[in-house]
Amino acid sequence: MIRISDVSKSFVLHNQGSAVIPVMEGASLSVAPGECVALVGNSGAGKSTLMRMIYGNYLAGAGLIMVGDVDVARAEPREILTLRREVLGYVSQFLRVVPRVPTLEVVAEPVLAAGGSAEAGEARARELLARLNIPERLWSLSPTTFSGGEQQRVNIARGFAHGFPALLLDEPTASLDATNRAVVLELIAEAKARGAAIIGIFHDAEAREAVCDREIDVSGFTPARAA
Amino acid sequence: MTPLLSVQGVTKHYGARLGCGNVNFDLWPGEVMGIVGESGSGKSTLLSCLSGQLAPDAGKVVFDTRAEGPRDVLTMSEPERRMLARTDWAFVHQNARDGLRMGVSAGGNVGERLMAVGARNYADIRAQAIDWLGRVEITEDRVDDRPRAFSGGMQQRLQIARNLVTGPRLVFMDEPTGGLDVSVQARLLDLLRGLVREMGLSAVIVTHDLAVVRLLADRLMVMKGGHVVETGLTDQVLDDPQHGYTQLLVSSVLQV
Ligand SMILES: Nc1ncnc2c1ncn2[C@@H]1O[C@H](COP(=O)(O)OP(=O)(O)OP(=O)(O)O)[C@@H](O)[C@H]1O
Ligand SMILES: Nc1ncnc2c1ncn2[C@@H]1O[C@H](COP(=O)(O)OP(=O)(O)OP(=O)(O)O)[C@@H](O)[C@H]1O
Ligand SMILES: [Mg+2]
Ligand SMILES: [Mg+2]
Repeated sequence: MIRISDVSKSFVLHNQGSAVIPVMEGASLSVAPGECVALVGNSGAGKSTLMRMIYGNYLAGAGLIMVGDVDVARAEPREILTLRREVLGYVSQFLRVVPRVPTLEVVAEPVLAAGGSAEAGEARARELLARLNIPERLWSLSPTTFSGGEQQRVNIARGFAHGFPALLLDEPTASLDATNRAVVLELIAEAKARGAAIIGIFHDAEAREAVCDREIDVSGFTPARAA
Repeated sequence: MTPLLSVQGVTKHYGARLGCGNVNFDLWPGEVMGIVGESGSGKSTLLSCLSGQLAPDAGKVVFDTRAEGPRDVLTMSEPERRMLARTDWAFVHQNARDGLRMGVSAGGNVGERLMAVGARNYADIRAQAIDWLGRVEITEDRVDDRPRAFSGGMQQRLQIARNLVTGPRLVFMDEPTGGLDVSVQARLLDLLRGLVREMGLSAVIVTHDLAVVRLLADRLMVMKGGHVVETGLTDQVLDDPQHGYTQLLVSSVLQV
C-alpha cells in the first residue's frame, strides 16, 4: 500500500548563507495492507521528516513515494488533495482547527470530505469521542479551549473517523493516560484488522510492541555528515 | 475534468512599473487558492486582472462557462463579462464600502444582485435576502437598515451575502478579514469554510494572514515584486518553503 524507494531530502536555508542540510538519503521501505510499521531512531534522525514527505507537506528531494497508485513525490497538488481526502490519513502532533467549529463537526469532517453522509459522520464522531472519554458536554464546543490531552484525543478521533486505507501516526499515544492510551491502541488494532497500512512514530516502547509488526530504524537513512 | 479557471501568462504594467508578471495557474472546481506576498507585490493587481476589472497587457484568463465551456474572459464582449460578474463570479472587496451600495438597505443590497439576474417577485426576493442575511448571522430585524449602521464585521458579512446569493461558482476575495478583530475574523472564517464546502465553490483569496491561509486554502501562491516565486499545497509551502522569500515570510511570524 505504501512503498518508498531511494528517497532523499535536503533543506536549503536561503537566509542563513544558503546552508544545505542533508537529512535523508536512500530511504526505502514498504508497508502492506493490515501491517503497522514503527519508525524508530534518535531524536533528529528524520522520523517526522520521512512521515511528512509521505503526506506531502515536505517535498522529497528525489526518489519514489507510492501511496496506492499515486507517487506523492511527483503528484500535482490536486492529486495529493484527493489522496488525503480518500486514501491517506495523518494524525499530527497538534490539532489545527478553524475557531468556533464544534468538536463534533471537527471529528466528523473527514467522513464528509470522503463523501460520507452528515448522519454517518456524526454517528462516527459520537462513537469515537465517547470511546476516547471526551465528556459529552464538550462536544458542542470548539476544541480550541480544551486541555492539551483533550485536544490530542480530538485529533486522534478525527484521524480515525474515516476508514483510510493508509494511516500515518506521529506519536499518537504521547502524554495520554493509561486508559486513553489503551483506547488508541485498540483503534490502531481495529484499523489494521480492516486492512489499513499504518506507519507510526511511538516513543513508548510498550505501545510499539503492542501494535507494530516491524520497526524501521530511520538512522539507517541519515546521510554521513560532511565534516 | 476541466479547470474552472486557467490563467496563462497574465502580465500587467502601470506605465514602466510592473504590477504582475507572467502569472500561470489552473484552479480546479472546489479548490481554494491563497495568494500571499508583501505589500505592493501585485496581489490586488492580479485579482483585478482575473476578475475582468483590469485589462492585462498580455495573457489569457480562461473560465469554464456553464453554457459554452472554456472561454477567454479577456476577449469576451463587455456585456458578456458583466453577466459573468453578476452570476458565476463574486468579488469580496477588502473594504466593504467598495463592494456594497451604502445608500441601499441591507436587504436591498442582497436583493439587487438577484434582480440583476432576472428575479422579479418582490416577496421571493425579500425572503431570499432574509435567508442569506441569516446565513451570515445578520438578524431579520436589521434587514431594512443601511450598511452605514453596521459594524465593520457586519458590513463584511453583508458583502459576502450579497455576493453569494446568486450561487456563484468562483469567488475572488481581497483581504476578506483585513481590518477586523480576531474574534470577528474567526466567525468569518468559519462562515467561509462552511460556504465553500456546502456550495462547492472555488475561491481565490488574497491575504497577508498565514493562519487564515492555512485554514482556508488548499493551495498557496507566494508573490514578490510582481512575480510568483513559489506555489504548492498550502501546508507544503508553509512547512517546507523552497524560496528564500517564503522562508523569510514563514519564519517572521509566530507559529501557524
Ligand atoms: N523544516 C525544516 N527546516 C530545516 N530543517 C529541518 C526541518 N524539519 C526538520 N529538519 C531537520 O531534519 C532533521 C530530522 O528532523 P525530524 O524532525 O525528522 O527528526 P525526528 O526523528 O522526528 O526527531 P524527534 O524524535 O526529536 O521528533 C533534523 O536535523 C531537523 O533539524
Ligand atoms: N492604479 C495604479 N497605478 C499605478 N501603479 C499602481 C496602481 N495600482 C497598483 N500599482 C502598483 O503596482 C504594484 C502592485 O500593486 P498591488 O496593489 O497589486 O499590490 P498588492 O500586492 O495588492 O499590495 P497590498 O498588499 O499593499 O495590497 C505596486 O508597485 C503598486 O504601486
Ligand atoms: Mg519527530
Ligand atoms: Mg492589495
